[in-house]
Amino acid sequence: MPSSPALRKAVRYLVLTLLAFVVLFPVYVTVVGSLLLPEQLTSRPPTLFPDNPQWGSYSEAWTDGNFGTYLWNSAVVTAAITLGQLLTSILAGYAFAMLEFPLKRTIFVVFLATMMVPFEVTIITNLQTVTDLNWYDTYAGLAVPFLATGFGAFLMRQAFLQIPSDLRDAATIDGYGHLKFLARVAVPLARPSIAALAVFSFLGAWNQYLWPLLVTEDDRLRTVQIGLRQLRSTQLDEINVTLAGTVLAALPLVVLLILFQKQLIRGLTTGAVKG
Amino acid sequence: MGRVAFDHVTKRFGDVTAVDDLTLDVADQEFLVLVGPSGCGKTTALRMLAGLDDPTSGDIVIGERVVTEVAALDRDIAMVFQSYALYPHMTVRRNIEFPLRSRKVPGPERDKLVADAAASLDLGQLLDRKPAQLSGGQRQRVALARAIVRRPAVFLMDEPLSNLDAKLRVQTRAELVELQRRLSTTVVYVTHDQVEAMTMADRIAVMDRGLLQQVGPPQEVYAKPANLFVARFIGNPPMNTVAGKVVVSEGTTSVQVPGGRLELPPAATAAVQERDDADVIVGVRPEHAKLDPEGPLEATVAVVEVLGHEQHVICRLADETLFIVRQPNDDVPPGTGIDVRISVDTRRLHVFDAGPGGHRLESD
Amino acid sequence: MARTPGHALTRAAQRRREALLGYVLVAPALLVFAVFVFYPFAKNFRLALYRDKLFGPGSEYVGFSQVTDVLGSADFRQSLWVTVVFALMSVPLGIFLGLALAVAAHQKLRGIGIYRTIFASTVASSVAVASVIFGTLFNPVIGWLPWMGLNPQPPLLQNPDWALPAVALVTIWQSIGLSFIVMSAGLQAIPDEVMEAAQLDGARPWRRFWRVTVPLLSPTIFFAVVVGGIFAFQAFAQVEMLTDGGPIKRTNVLTYYIFTTLREGQDEGKAAVLSIALFVVTLALTLFQMRILEKRVHYAQ
Repeated sequence: MPSSPALRKAVRYLVLTLLAFVVLFPVYVTVVGSLLLPEQLTSRPPTLFPDNPQWGSYSEAWTDGNFGTYLWNSAVVTAAITLGQLLTSILAGYAFAMLEFPLKRTIFVVFLATMMVPFEVTIITNLQTVTDLNWYDTYAGLAVPFLATGFGAFLMRQAFLQIPSDLRDAATIDGYGHLKFLARVAVPLARPSIAALAVFSFLGAWNQYLWPLLVTEDDRLRTVQIGLRQLRSTQLDEINVTLAGTVLAALPLVVLLILFQKQLIRGLTTGAVKG
Repeated sequence: MGRVAFDHVTKRFGDVTAVDDLTLDVADQEFLVLVGPSGCGKTTALRMLAGLDDPTSGDIVIGERVVTEVAALDRDIAMVFQSYALYPHMTVRRNIEFPLRSRKVPGPERDKLVADAAASLDLGQLLDRKPAQLSGGQRQRVALARAIVRRPAVFLMDEPLSNLDAKLRVQTRAELVELQRRLSTTVVYVTHDQVEAMTMADRIAVMDRGLLQQVGPPQEVYAKPANLFVARFIGNPPMNTVAGKVVVSEGTTSVQVPGGRLELPPAATAAVQERDDADVIVGVRPEHAKLDPEGPLEATVAVVEVLGHEQHVICRLADETLFIVRQPNDDVPPGTGIDVRISVDTRRLHVFDAGPGGHRLESD
Repeated sequence: MARTPGHALTRAAQRRREALLGYVLVAPALLVFAVFVFYPFAKNFRLALYRDKLFGPGSEYVGFSQVTDVLGSADFRQSLWVTVVFALMSVPLGIFLGLALAVAAHQKLRGIGIYRTIFASTVASSVAVASVIFGTLFNPVIGWLPWMGLNPQPPLLQNPDWALPAVALVTIWQSIGLSFIVMSAGLQAIPDEVMEAAQLDGARPWRRFWRVTVPLLSPTIFFAVVVGGIFAFQAFAQVEMLTDGGPIKRTNVLTYYIFTTLREGQDEGKAAVLSIALFVVTLALTLFQMRILEKRVHYAQ
């Protein structure tokens, strides 16, 4: 069957658009649902396009649904975890890459081993520890257990190993000790990896569910993921608010994805392609 | 003040001895070139001078101080690396002033020193660019500027010209020597290129496999190589070396090589006349040989290289050893395959021991 | 030997200083690990042997009998089964769909970047967000899926036969983004010349896919399977938000079981045993995959 290149191209676009539609369909439905009045939600066939978008559900989610608070809490905790992971990983990664000290290899293996220990095995004792430290229902309880990551140290070590040893030699002769070199030369040069780690940490921290559920009860401390849980069990006449809250919960990450797609991909695929 | 010395310095990496009992003095304001093939230990020696590596045993002296235990930044030295080692994320200006910042030189003084250094290397226009925007030659000048900005007593250079293209290399060679004179500093310069060594050095130190082979002014090393290695390493095209046997007969001492018998100069004669039938290696530079129908050496022309300013007639002796003759361009080049005869300037004949070490055989 | 002035240090002192700095730099992370990873991990084994209440007094040593009781219980066996089935449902499909999307988007078309962003976009959705989205889609009154015909009785999430697949669907959708990103990276690592050579050899697209693309992608696929398996065994939010482990424990994955044991039963000992079981099963699965599956992975020379 003869087919012109233009026709084939059109078919390709069609297939891609179809696939994109299927992937985005759930999201689309959610956004539409958030803009409808509760009565409209029950209409059959279901509404495909809101001709009178009700933005009120968003402000309701923000205030009555407390989503403003939830977003703020998630922001604080995520920022703390991201900064903490960056800091501890940069310091440790530099030590592994550039310094010599006894047991270095063993300690590195220990760092890697933390990636093998699944979260569930630690929650029981961590819950106890956090409670004993009076950190139940606090930002500290939410963030401190996650301030370090073996993966981050691994990533930073790789990045710092890429720096030509000549630069370290030149800096030695120029009179720069390790800490100054780390701050003035190593970190600027490792910026892509640091950005990737930042995105990776942010993603992990923002999406946490089990731990915040265990460690907070007070609505004022709730993160946005647990906030969603609160909303979901509402009656039909509140579902549009729930959906608005869902969109609000996802929005920061969507913005992040669009702005930092490259770094995100880099952070996620570090292990994958190298095998 | 700018005197440098290696005092019985040895450096071992595990089983490998990179530098073997090196003792070498460099005078104040001298331009010393450390030359040798890759792996000979010259870069390791330089790094120990810099304080980047520690000697396994022995001492390093800079000025009047024994600095073996002193950190690099306190040794009053500056270093130019083969790859220039410029900080890629900083402007030229920041690169140059980096060594001053670490020593807490105050702002105004710092700016002046940077401006001076940049001016003397013609970098004034480039101060706000980043290394990626510069050419190879410009980057090298930035590396130099960073080195001179502190007015150190000693400059260390690790093959700084090897990343430049040939033409730029020749030009920069001269500029480096001029720079050294202007600044009146001591320079220890490492290279594998013996042409650089010959043209730039006050003295050459030849190294091979961790051992110092010979040190002396270029002309001396050229004219009187201390052993076979130095003889073959220095000089381009390299010295012809032929294996032969000592022949003492009728009161004269000569060496029998494939294709003929060569007479020895008096100093060499005195050294070998007791050793009839000993194995030796004879050396003569291509410019000290000529095609001569009456010459003692038989050979066959293999290839003739016409270079424009001279010709290299590459011949084979009876046992396939190559023998190069340099002749002026006006001479008629012989055809390949022709049998020729070669004569050598006896005064310029070198004799070396055929055993390990290949020492020069010569009595004083 | 002349004395050296100023703040010069001996070599040995320099080495000591560097070692000290090294320890100082790794200390913060190590501290966090020690308190929140290694200590809990070790303590877990001890907890498994005691009948401890979460916020209650005293601990009572019961030894191995607790382990055997818990592991032998029908609840545990069912939970393990549910978890395995869930993983089998969600991992292969998630990878396959991600791969399909990656192949579809691996062409030089204008605007392909937009499609790629769309395909990767589910990575921006947390599992909780995906759960609400699909919860609404499954809703028998307002949801699209029931309206489109997927309307068993009882409704999807309360249906013993449909609940687990429904939860798996949520997981699959949410993982497509990550799967797409990983597979794309793997595809990009395949040199163009290899694909062109296959085209020139006359291989038709489907055959090309199976004979050339998939083997060359096998390291990436292998990675995705191993990591996907680990994540599937740790699934939690979807169950907690959509089905509460039901109906009749049909979606009671191990992680959820541990959670309820802790939250409602307040039983640290039992939870500890369960979490160790989860750890062992995950480890065994990973090792199994590495041993058996890795043999079939074709690493490029």
